Amino acid sequence: MTVWFVPRDAAALSVGADDVAAALEALGEQVVRTGSRGLLWLEPLVERADSRNGTRVGWGNVRASDLSESAPADTASNFLGVVEELDYLACQNRWIYARVGIIDPVDPDDYLSHGGMAGLQRALELSPASVIEQVTESGLRGRGGAGFPTGIKWQTVAEQAPVPHKGDPVDAARHKYICVNADEGDSGTFADRMLMEGDPFCLLEGMAIAAHAVGADRGMIYLRSEYPAAIAVMSEAIEKARDRGWLGQGILGSSCNFDVTIRVGAGSYVCGEETAMLESLEGRRGTVRAKPPLPAIEGLFGTPTVINNVLTIASVPSILARGAEAYAALGQERSRGTQVFQLAGNIARGGIVEVAFGISAHELIFGLGQGTKSGRPLKAVQVGGPLGAYLPADGLQVPMAYEALAAQGAMLGHGGLVVFDDAVDMSEQARFAMEFCVEESCGKCTPCRIGAVRGVEVIDELLASDAPETAEQLLRDLCDVMTQGSLCAMGGLTPQPVLSALDQFPEDFKRAAHRNADAVQGVVHE
Amino acid sequence: MESPIKTTEQMATLKGLIAPIADREPGPVLLCLQAAQAHYGYVPEGAVAVIAEVCNVTRADVHGVFSYYSDLKKTPPPAISVRLCAAEACQAVGGRALAAAWGEACAADANLATATGTDEPVFCLGNCALGPAALVNNQLIGNASVDTLKSAVEAAQSAAEASL
Repeated sequence: MTVWFVPRDAAALSVGADDVAAALEALGEQVVRTGSRGLLWLEPLVERADSRNGTRVGWGNVRASDLSESAPADTASNFLGVVEELDYLACQNRWIYARVGIIDPVDPDDYLSHGGMAGLQRALELSPASVIEQVTESGLRGRGGAGFPTGIKWQTVAEQAPVPHKGDPVDAARHKYICVNADEGDSGTFADRMLMEGDPFCLLEGMAIAAHAVGADRGMIYLRSEYPAAIAVMSEAIEKARDRGWLGQGILGSSCNFDVTIRVGAGSYVCGEETAMLESLEGRRGTVRAKPPLPAIEGLFGTPTVINNVLTIASVPSILARGAEAYAALGQERSRGTQVFQLAGNIARGGIVEVAFGISAHELIFGLGQGTKSGRPLKAVQVGGPLGAYLPADGLQVPMAYEALAAQGAMLGHGGLVVFDDAVDMSEQARFAMEFCVEESCGKCTPCRIGAVRGVEVIDELLASDAPETAEQLLRDLCDVMTQGSLCAMGGLTPQPVLSALDQFPEDFKRAAHRNADAVQGVVHE
Repeated sequence: MESPIKTTEQMATLKGLIAPIADREPGPVLLCLQAAQAHYGYVPEGAVAVIAEVCNVTRADVHGVFSYYSDLKKTPPPAISVRLCAAEACQAVGGRALAAAWGEACAADANLATATGTDEPVFCLGNCALGPAALVNNQLIGNASVDTLKSAVEAAQSAAEASL
């Protein structure tokens, strides 16, 4: 029996994957729904398993209307050949994404037969201290953007005793928590979403390993409301994991008790900041907490709490299963292992690229991504989300790693690269960065709450002025105050896109001045 | 607009909905507001007082949470919700132009405007390689154009009619 594979990933659904699956089923074909391979420009990407050796061949951009009479043929113009041999996939080194796009995300047996649970089994054979040692040795750092060493964070939580929820009586149940930050609000990033939709058991397995390592009994996933498909898949996976004994009392026959619940966000970007996330998980306004106390010591409901990004936790099962040493052998400097890069925006071949740290932005964008989608010259790339710097076209040789990017005044963030062609006006992007901060600031600290409003006003003054020097100096001073004085990264990093736009693309900020000067001289623009 | 939480009976309905949450979950206020919105489509007048009572916190506490989150609405939603992504990755592929064109299309078509109301933009739907992205009810749209949005709205309308 021929088996067909059609993604159920939200990106594939957004271009008609459900209709394609229905059309194949109407032809009497057997269809398995998978996650996405991450070759998003080819979605819906349909695959067929070879009945002899199971190798999968694929077809790109399949439309339901092409399937009214027969299933895709090997002679069709959109036939791709063996999917894993496509250059975009062949060059990748998939640890976190090893199963995404291959398995049925909510089939526990499929998960097991593709190496799932090997990491947790290995972890349960080890003492909690040895698991933390493995994670430390792997060099894994937080993939949410801050890059804090995961092993050290876990060690801190492991050293704390569990405590009752703050406000509960002292004899109430004692807890430690594993909180997964799945509030992936950065524009240009979708790796958390695709992992949760494509391999949700991997995240749950990683959480269980973390629970064993630090002695936590409860887990929460803070998942943004903008991801309804991910919420549905994760919820189904949690139910099935409980049925299998992968969550609950005595996981896999061990003495580890751990269960996971999902809490859905409510449309606040700043709740991706870890302390704001804790406030939101506790049901309050998502305002940032001052640190200390560190969440590792006094986190969710006052208990010791591990807070990790989806990709951080999802890295752990493969590190345990395949070895910390092999993971640490990848990458450069203190950026070890693999990073899931997300190619987004105006790019010909957008999608997921999981490779070792150290690849250049240029190689990602021109080698794999093949330049802009529009075919126009590339002007800028924003790396690391709305708080990340804009790199100019001639600044893309920088290796994608924590240290190398920091040296250029940029940051890796969550690994997203948003490409812009020459139609972009960088002053508009700078203004948007401030506007976004106005919209999403939690309001707790003044530099962010007031600074962002003033930032929009000053940029408007700068753009309208014949002599923008005064306004520019004011903007730079304001950015300095925001950087130095804000409580969290929201206000503290908003100046990064603003100043990088101003420094790298000064001509875009002088258009008004030019226009006004031209008007005086009577020059007419086309 | 008449609030659906006026009579004692109506209050009891909401209490029945949220009391199990408040009993089971630590930090239940946001969960209760979300449950009320899931039930009514928005958080009606009067809900804040009921939630405050059930969760044993002040009305001000509940109102503070309610007013903080952009997802939580004071008024009933439009029949069809159309939310365009306004973030950078979609800006890079004409998101601003699409938003303007969609606004014009709604202005020119009374039916469209009534069906979709005035929805706020959304910052990132996680479809950043297939932008511009939009969410029509719960359906994610990639490579969005005025035409694809119109047909998604029509599909959502006929789905709503079919379910009546």
